[in-house]
Amino acid sequence: MKKEVSVEVHNLTATYGGRPVLWDIDFSLPAGQIIGIIGPNGSGKTTLLKAIMGILEPSSGYVKVFDKPLDEVRERVAYVPQRESVDWDFPASVFDVVMMGRYRKSNLLKRTNKADVEIVEKSIEKVGLTEFKNRQISQLSGGQQQRVFIARALAQKADIYLMDEPFVGVDAATESSILSILQEMRKEGKTVLIIHHDLQTVSEYFDYLVLLNTRLVAKGTLQEVLTKENLSNAYGGQLTLLAKVVDIIKKTEFPIREKDVDL
Amino acid sequence: MNTFLDFISFRDPNVIYVVLGMLFVNTSSALIGTFAFLRKRALIGDAIAHSLLPGLCLGFLVAGEKNLIFLLIGAFVTGWLSTFAVDIIVNRTKVKQDAAIGIVLSTFFALGIVLLTYIQQNAGGEQAGLDHFLFGQAAAINRSDVWVFGVIVVLIIAVVGIFYRSFVVVCFNPDFARSVGLPVRTIEFLITSMTVLAIASGIQALGVILMSALIITPGAAARLWSHRLPRILLLAVIFSVVSGIGGAYVSYAKAGMPTGPWVVMFLSIIVFLSIMLAPNRGIVSRISRARRNERKILQENILKAYYQYHEKKQTKKLDQLLTIDQILSIRNFDTSDLMKGIKKLKREGFMLQEGTTYALTTPGQKESKRVARLHRLWEQYLLKRTQIDTDHVHSGAEAIEHIITPELEKELEKELGIEGIPDEDY
Ligand SMILES: Nc1ncnc2c1ncn2[C@@H]1O[C@H](COP(=O)(O)OP(=O)(O)OP(=O)(O)O)[C@@H](O)[C@H]1O
Ligand SMILES: [Mg+2]
Repeated sequence: MKKEVSVEVHNLTATYGGRPVLWDIDFSLPAGQIIGIIGPNGSGKTTLLKAIMGILEPSSGYVKVFDKPLDEVRERVAYVPQRESVDWDFPASVFDVVMMGRYRKSNLLKRTNKADVEIVEKSIEKVGLTEFKNRQISQLSGGQQQRVFIARALAQKADIYLMDEPFVGVDAATESSILSILQEMRKEGKTVLIIHHDLQTVSEYFDYLVLLNTRLVAKGTLQEVLTKENLSNAYGGQLTLLAKVVDIIKKTEFPIREKDVDL
Repeated sequence: MNTFLDFISFRDPNVIYVVLGMLFVNTSSALIGTFAFLRKRALIGDAIAHSLLPGLCLGFLVAGEKNLIFLLIGAFVTGWLSTFAVDIIVNRTKVKQDAAIGIVLSTFFALGIVLLTYIQQNAGGEQAGLDHFLFGQAAAINRSDVWVFGVIVVLIIAVVGIFYRSFVVVCFNPDFARSVGLPVRTIEFLITSMTVLAIASGIQALGVILMSALIITPGAAARLWSHRLPRILLLAVIFSVVSGIGGAYVSYAKAGMPTGPWVVMFLSIIVFLSIMLAPNRGIVSRISRARRNERKILQENILKAYYQYHEKKQTKKLDQLLTIDQILSIRNFDTSDLMKGIKKLKREGFMLQEGTTYALTTPGQKESKRVARLHRLWEQYLLKRTQIDTDHVHSGAEAIEHIITPELEKELEKELGIEGIPDEDY
């Protein structure tokens, strides 16, 4: 039996102003595991999640989730953006933000119903923010704000969760409580894809890894990925040649791929 | 005074139109403007407003007269083009948004002034009053204008009501909205269109130069008063309408005064008052909070002095009558502060006076012990958990004893395993 594939990324290239940030990325990921995406700063991790979520239009390539185009399975996918990507001074309460997890294209003009409220309250409880339910989000600590985002994703009742650095700026206690939520999700057969920064904890947290630096450096189980060679390829400046080519491409506005080459 | 009576009694039917017109125009712009403010698009209102001028002039040229519908259509089109131009410049070049807005705004406005001058030199009497569009003239609002503004305000209220949730999620976190498959572009288009419409409807009364103030300022001022969006929207509308009608009155009373500047003057006063008076964030409440804290510190220090006095004398009960000098021998209070503090403590039932001596009441004794205890618990905590010299421990605890809540007190107790008041004093 073929193992179920959660995310399939096919020859994905993404550019900002002519500069390739992701370059011919091609992989498929297993379902039902906690998967880490690692790589140095600016290696395109956030961009990869955005491309998977269709927030960003790739310049070539495509993404499939559960073997379908994203638009057909959106309700099965939840996205947790980087915490700093929003203004936490926005006038909304914890409940308001978590409720956004229930928004769908189809129910946008409707009022919230009882079932939604129940799901939202359960999600808030799961991340331990019940006593802050009506608190304004500007009056939360960084770790609490991160948990609000996770609660919002839980409220989406998805099958796959994509999270951008959920462990940044949270204390050890919050980190372990988030981790146990993730493990519980795995037990329920959900797939979790997490961008992670801290190489120290990688082997504790993840079943499967994607190592990225503009190009895909390695992917697979921990043993397969965490080799000296892979890590120095991704982090050790071994890819300076790649960076130089990228700069030339940007300066000359050179096409990344010849038009008539079909892949 | 008479003009004021005329104004508020609507004796002059024009006043009714002006008041209704301002009510509609300012409600529209405050409502949709608050969303522009929340999206951090403060400057885009400015670009749109200035860019309406060429559209107004073109509308006039096409209609051959001052027909509000034609003017609005022209304004809407160039207003929209301006936001479109800003987006293109930002997306296609390295120019940042603020610079792009500056470029677009001045280009469109210059074009508008050229057209306006052309019209003034070439058209006949029917162009009279077109220059009001620069600074606004509320008195020019007539019956049919009110109808148009009424339709616009109803439309904007309906759109905000129907699309409220989408507006909120797109303003707060557009990436997330896109990730759940919401039509973010369409929603943004809707917000921008409603903003252009609101600005266009206000041009006649307020003028292109100052209209943008009505988009951003009411929401910004209202934000200081509340954390809840529905309340912010309501307050923004109230602020805007009050300023609008105030400005209209001044320009009515002093015939010929442009309305726009006066409305903005009123609005600025509201902003100023909001900065001063708003709860929590306002300056006045910050000052009064500081005063309250100072008073609390003073009173608790007086109570604590009693505990220290009795401790020195090794008496268990804290019931001795002390003179002012005796209190001062424990802690060097400023005497006038001390007298003020005692007076307050007497009023609150913590102290009593006999002749020139003072003693603690039973609740006062309890408070005195509590403060001394918190101070020493915190000292112990600092010693146990942090690197601190014993001669710094006291000053470290001096301020903290006043802010420890009962919950923190329990936690301290649990952590240190201390009951009662520690004897060590640093
Ligand atoms: N909106 C943007 N416009 C232009 N360049 C961008 C933009 N967003 C990201 N980039 C560039 O793309 C590259 C990859 O960015 P990305 O945010 O995906 O990296 P990352 O791996 O998530 O980094 P980090 O670990 O710092 O979060 C970076 O070099 C960044 O400068
Ligand atoms: Mg990132």
